[in-house]
Amino acid sequence: MRLLYFAWLRARVGCAEEEVALPPHVHDVAGLLDWLRARSDRHAEALGNLALVRVAVNQDYVGPTHPVREGDEVALFPPVTGG
Amino acid sequence: MIRVQREDFDVGAELERLTAGNRRIGGIASFIGLVRDMGGSERISALTLEHYPGMTERKLAEIETEAHRRWPLDAALIIHRYGKLEPGERIVLVATASAHREAALAACHFLIDWLKTEAPFWKSEETPTGERWVEARSEDDAARDRWTPPF
Repeated sequence: MRLLYFAWLRARVGCAEEEVALPPHVHDVAGLLDWLRARSDRHAEALGNLALVRVAVNQDYVGPTHPVREGDEVALFPPVTGG
Repeated sequence: MIRVQREDFDVGAELERLTAGNRRIGGIASFIGLVRDMGGSERISALTLEHYPGMTERKLAEIETEAHRRWPLDAALIIHRYGKLEPGERIVLVATASAHREAALAACHFLIDWLKTEAPFWKSEETPTGERWVEARSEDDAARDRWTPPF
């Protein structure tokens, strides 16, 4: 699975993207975030306040119960500030 | 039509192109967003816009399609820049053309309100005390929520 990070989430995690092998027990966005937070202190800090984290799976906004699968492109980023 | 680009755009030329050859159009509404030199009480020397290539184009195209569905538009254009910009520079152009002003003005307002909360762009400001990420404003969510959700 390809993970992308943007804005201050990228800065806090320390990379713009990473390729991960999804563990068999992770089935949805909430599970993925839990698993990521346990990966490193940087992930835990970046993803500590989920009110500030937006998730897109295959370039569509999704909620915590949305399924995730091997091969998905999952982007994690703060609330957007364009315009 | 949507465009995501680093370079500046010529507003006059873009508006001319938008209506070229279509004599049904009675009016164009436009919104042009600029980089301010103040953020809160701090002076801003530059603004850097980051985006999510691919998803940005997709969200802008969705929003444009929705505007066409809601109003009788002859043409619509969204141009959004990314990269490092200085105060006074243009960030975004939204333009809508229709036979009558009501549709053009309403659709233009809708597009900029939705774009601000849906399109994956992030701003970072350079200030005398360092660089900082711009936080999302609840006023922008409220502005979007005046419109019936499209999706």
